[in-house]
Amino acid sequence: MLYREAGDFKTSYAADGQTFPIAFDRRRYQAVLVLAFGVVPFLVNDYWANAVLVPFLIYAIAAIGLNILTGYCGQVSLGTGGFMAVGAYACYKLMTAFPEVSVLLHILLAGTVTALVGMLFGIPSLRIKGFYLAVATLAAQFFLVWLFNKVPWFYNHSASGQISAPERSVLGLAVTGAATAPWAKYLVCLAFAVGLAWIARNLTRGSLGRQWMAIRDMDIAAEIIGVNPLRAKLTAFAISSFYVGVAGALMFAVYLGAVEVGEAFGVNKAFLVLFMIIIGGLGSIFGSFAGAAFLVLLPVLLKNLLVDGLGWSTALAAHVELMIVGALIVFFLVVEPHGLAQLWRLAKEKLRLWPFPH
Amino acid sequence: MTGGGEARPAAEDRRIGPAILEMRNITLRFGGVTAIHDISFDVREGEIRAIIGPNGAGKSSMLNVISGFYRPQEGEVWFRGERRRRLRPYEVARQGIARTFQNIALFQGMSVLDNIMTGRLNLMGASILAQALWWGRAEREEVAHRGKVERIIDFLEIQHVRKTPVGRLPYGLKKRVELARALAAEPRILLLDEPMAGMNVEEKEDMCRFILDANDEFGTTIVLIEHDMGVVMDLSDRVVVMDYGRKIADGPPETVRTDRAVIDAYLGVAHG
Repeated sequence: MLYREAGDFKTSYAADGQTFPIAFDRRRYQAVLVLAFGVVPFLVNDYWANAVLVPFLIYAIAAIGLNILTGYCGQVSLGTGGFMAVGAYACYKLMTAFPEVSVLLHILLAGTVTALVGMLFGIPSLRIKGFYLAVATLAAQFFLVWLFNKVPWFYNHSASGQISAPERSVLGLAVTGAATAPWAKYLVCLAFAVGLAWIARNLTRGSLGRQWMAIRDMDIAAEIIGVNPLRAKLTAFAISSFYVGVAGALMFAVYLGAVEVGEAFGVNKAFLVLFMIIIGGLGSIFGSFAGAAFLVLLPVLLKNLLVDGLGWSTALAAHVELMIVGALIVFFLVVEPHGLAQLWRLAKEKLRLWPFPH
Repeated sequence: MTGGGEARPAAEDRRIGPAILEMRNITLRFGGVTAIHDISFDVREGEIRAIIGPNGAGKSSMLNVISGFYRPQEGEVWFRGERRRRLRPYEVARQGIARTFQNIALFQGMSVLDNIMTGRLNLMGASILAQALWWGRAEREEVAHRGKVERIIDFLEIQHVRKTPVGRLPYGLKKRVELARALAAEPRILLLDEPMAGMNVEEKEDMCRFILDANDEFGTTIVLIEHDMGVVMDLSDRVVVMDYGRKIADGPPETVRTDRAVIDAYLGVAHG
């Protein structure tokens, strides 16, 4: 009975346009934020932070980024791994070149560098669409990984060819390097994820977001009513790449600490993030979180269930996991192309009328 | 009378100004096919100008030339007393020419409200940063334009579906939403490509009323392609008749109706 619009009258267009028009929803999200910032950091241990929460938040940022480009603007990209690598290497170069500057600033700057690179690879999108654009971004993926392996300047000529994050702290608290507390990693990633999700929501509900969606739904009509396709597509590429770059920087500096580019940011990663937004829901911020949570949690759950619970071998469990993920993607593409977010939306529609649906 | 009522004042009594759009000697070819052959006509400010003709006469091509989607090989487009240079379609839209399409071209994944709001994008100017933070100009603009859009929603009587995704609407309402999106841009010239195609009598009457009201209340100049002769004769101030890419008649409906060439084009003529 709590989940109602009735009695919650809107008296201004500002109130009608807000993100959560139902009061119960607003309070629920506020509760989640209070829990995430105020309670979880005190409870989180090393296993939960490193196996679940930190990767979930980082992938959620990457998924929001790809969703802006693919879900909102309709431009398919298979270059996510490459753009994450740009973020990671930009962050590494900045951290080692300017050790006195805050690492948080470096992460944002790494995002900006990635935005510029993303715009560069977005230029072909003005001429090619769909499949062909996907292949062009796939070329970006392979080119960028090759570049970071090939040119020693990017990894500061280190013998292993890897990059590893030096220790940096924010307000006297270590956030990168081996000495970082799990809750500090979690809090940094959480702050970025919440801030960037809020910005993504603002962008997608305003004029720019409508231009993206217009291009996605019917590009010719969009141009005839006044959308500049060059500007719309390039802003989508830039902002999307910014998010992906920040995710790459966080993955390198905060989560993994040391990275080998082909392993951490290969084409697998590009597909993983794409699967997240397909399963979570194209064109939905919530869907990006849901998809990231699903694909981060599923392996952990399956491992606990199959290996620890049923005593299967790790290799068998890993193969079963691949099969399950593949089957789920086919399932979602066929049954619910708008993903978990759409299921959630339908559930809410039902809930509004419950228990008297007629 | 298909709609609009008998009380409509004659053309001289309304505020019809000088020519706002002039097409001069337009020729458009696709490879070897000449879609438009040396056509000139003008559109006066505040009038309803119809373009009619049998299928394949080049009417939609002419609309596409006006909206910048096709570039004619020869001829000039003069808009508000200036020769128009080669423009991209979105630049034409910015100058104040809006249009609807023969086959509905709405944004299927967006709500009715968002579709109409998209029509106003050239009137909005908040920076990306302000939009990202939903702060200052971005927030004020969103509310102010929502107010304007609500007025158009009232005008076209689609209040009940404002939050519905466009894909779920029936055909007649989609046509109305498309008109709303074009009107939202506050255009100087509104191009309507068969706004009544596939509608029943009642829907046609509604649409006629909306077109006349838009013309009366907002003073919008309207260029209209339509096959329903009753509608064309009732609504329009002047009519251009095209056949096989050529202009065969131009003038007020009552003269065009009795023109020999027009009758021949529509009814066919015995050869021999």
